[in-house]
Amino acid sequence: MSDVFGLTSQIKIMSKKDTKQNETVSWELSPAPESKGHISLKPKYDLFINGKWVKPSGGKYFDSINPATEEKLAEIAYASEADVDKAVKAAREAYTNVWSKLSGRERGKYIFRIARLIQERAREFAVIETLDGGKAIRESRDVDVPLAANHFFYYAGWADKLEYAFPNRKVESLGVAGQIIPWNFPLLMAAWKIAPALACGNTVVLKPAETTSLTALKLAEIIEESGLPAGVVNIVTGYGDTGAAIVNHPDVNKVAFTGSTNVGKIIQRAVAGTNKKLTLELGGKSANIIFEDAPIDQAVEGIVNGIFFNQGHVCCAGSRLFVQEGVADEVIQKLKDRMDHLYIGDPMDKNTDIGAINSKEQFDTIRKYIKIGKAEGNEIYESNCPVPSKGYFCRPTLILDVAQSSTLVQEEIFGPVLTVQTFRTVDEVIQKANNTPYGLAAGVWTDKGSKIFNLTTKLRAGVVWANTYNRFDPVSPFGGYKESGFGREGGKHGLEAYLKI
Amino acid sequence: MERLEVLKTYKIYIGGQFPRTESGRYYDPKNAQGQALANICLSSRKDLRNAVVAARKAFGGWAERAHFNRGQILYRIAEMLEGRKAQFVEELMKQGSTKAAAEKEVDQSTDLLVYYSGWADKYQQLFSSVNPVASSHFNFSALEPMGVVGIVAPQDTSLFGLVSSIIPVITGGNTVVVLASEKLPLCAVTFAEVLNSSDVPGGVVNILTGKESELLEQFATHMDINAVLYGGGDAKNYIRLKELGTDNVKRVFNFDGAETENPYLIADFQEVKTTWHPIENIGGSTSTY
Repeated sequence: MSDVFGLTSQIKIMSKKDTKQNETVSWELSPAPESKGHISLKPKYDLFINGKWVKPSGGKYFDSINPATEEKLAEIAYASEADVDKAVKAAREAYTNVWSKLSGRERGKYIFRIARLIQERAREFAVIETLDGGKAIRESRDVDVPLAANHFFYYAGWADKLEYAFPNRKVESLGVAGQIIPWNFPLLMAAWKIAPALACGNTVVLKPAETTSLTALKLAEIIEESGLPAGVVNIVTGYGDTGAAIVNHPDVNKVAFTGSTNVGKIIQRAVAGTNKKLTLELGGKSANIIFEDAPIDQAVEGIVNGIFFNQGHVCCAGSRLFVQEGVADEVIQKLKDRMDHLYIGDPMDKNTDIGAINSKEQFDTIRKYIKIGKAEGNEIYESNCPVPSKGYFCRPTLILDVAQSSTLVQEEIFGPVLTVQTFRTVDEVIQKANNTPYGLAAGVWTDKGSKIFNLTTKLRAGVVWANTYNRFDPVSPFGGYKESGFGREGGKHGLEAYLKI
Repeated sequence: MERLEVLKTYKIYIGGQFPRTESGRYYDPKNAQGQALANICLSSRKDLRNAVVAARKAFGGWAERAHFNRGQILYRIAEMLEGRKAQFVEELMKQGSTKAAAEKEVDQSTDLLVYYSGWADKYQQLFSSVNPVASSHFNFSALEPMGVVGIVAPQDTSLFGLVSSIIPVITGGNTVVVLASEKLPLCAVTFAEVLNSSDVPGGVVNILTGKESELLEQFATHMDINAVLYGGGDAKNYIRLKELGTDNVKRVFNFDGAETENPYLIADFQEVKTTWHPIENIGGSTSTY
């Protein structure tokens, strides 16, 4: 991942200093909108089942909205239980008759093809991802889409090498995988789910989130184009009940879910009485810890990247900041300055740092939490960058001097809201950081190597970033401890979720 | 004059101590001949909660032990078990085993301890990875123990089921709260005495005796138990554990005793942690000199 909060907003910091010295110099950036002329979007999308586009049995469609403009982008088919059944049957047939009979090498070649096709159409994917989800185009372009393509590349190569991954074991595919993905990284999450499932020899029924179906449907077009045998990947769109139909379908062998901890628990209960293999990638409330001996300027960039990347719609967001007392004033001041210079607005503008909140529902949730923060009497700092009047936009927000027991420290907000706590000793911060039911990620900032390893060993989280934050790579396993779920996605460890070992 | 035998009181094992159940209750399981084995503690929910507290307290220290040291301690358990072989054989025979079967069971248990002693400092190398990310970062994934693991030991053996379900889990640095076989509980208590004289820190293994029907729900719903290994053999109870365990997204595994020598049993109770750190990259110079 490149630095999302990169050059452009730093130029603006320089410009502010310069204008103080010389009022006549203006460094304001001109608008730099990405063109959406070349993308192809249909007004209406059907379900992708058994290699064909089929109408939903109930005849129902719902709208996909651009959260930055509140304009309708397309109509999306609403899959019923009968449609899900059709998709699972197609996946079963494809598994039995075609996919399980294919050699790993040939399976891999199909996946390589998909990877290449995503790269070839990268710009179209980036633009649609931004229109549909509200994330800044620079992020879709530089993070989501390349990582998605790379994920297919990585797992394509595993397809004929699986016997090397698990010593002394003969591995087998599971069968039909039912996969449900969230709205924060729509295409990337589809890649994280589909690529390892196919490499391990399974067939797929995938449901994207209802607010962000478009790139999954575009991926279905690519899958069609790749010549992948019909039924190997099926995409069904819809709401929670569509997802429930996948989870509860008796002929699904594997359920993979990324989303909220509450829904994850419901799914865990629903499959308890079955032999379905389950992996859950759930919520988080990750600690980002800044020690006095940290490189402060880099740490401030890391804090910003940790919580404001993708509007804070990141399950591993560094949403709890812990600053050692000696540097707390300095770090908080620098953080406020930095926040004031973030560009918030049109996600299609290449200068934009922070795009639109994904949906009205999520926007309301974030506002609700900020209200709770105010009611609790916390000091709240909202950045004073200008915000568009239309669309769902939320200013980067700090909740200062907040208590460990506060709702805002305990619950996942999933927005650009950062709680700030201070600490004195290493033991204290380890206790506080681990004092949460979640365990997805953590960040540590210090120049002292032995301290890093002390922290990285003791923090109970699946991903620990030391002197960096929010980095992702297909070879790097991702997933949580405790109530952040179980199983890993990415890397060699990600294969386990899709195999009988 | 004939000497009067000193009988043993069978107690439970919590935090390195041998208390009686706080409930004061007992049950008296009988062998095939209908002969009562002993008055066995009928552990309560409160005993289980106490055991979880002890296990949680012991977790950090045990998880952070050098893997080599854990291997040494596992080997020490094998030594102590070997030395007490006669006692275990006698108990197994009292519970219905033939002499040959009893001897075999003790030998198997001892050998299994030696087997896992050897894994203690090797499973990490087997299951971890260095991940070549595309950016300038060093990235590796290593295993860490899950925390406190509840174990319902297999019903049909007194010693081997107990040992084979506990040992892989503690080899990986977890601490455990174990419910012994309800029908055949004698060896569990005696094995606790073995553990207590083998340098296993108090609280790493806690052993309760009693009824699965009373404690199953507590194993599933206790919010400070991270995972459960179910060896009870009852499919309905296994499902019930899984259903009730969702409150804290508990990891629940079935133990069928099919493959007891198996490093994947260690891995089942491990979390994978991935760590990133930037690599300084100035001026693009390489090490080609």
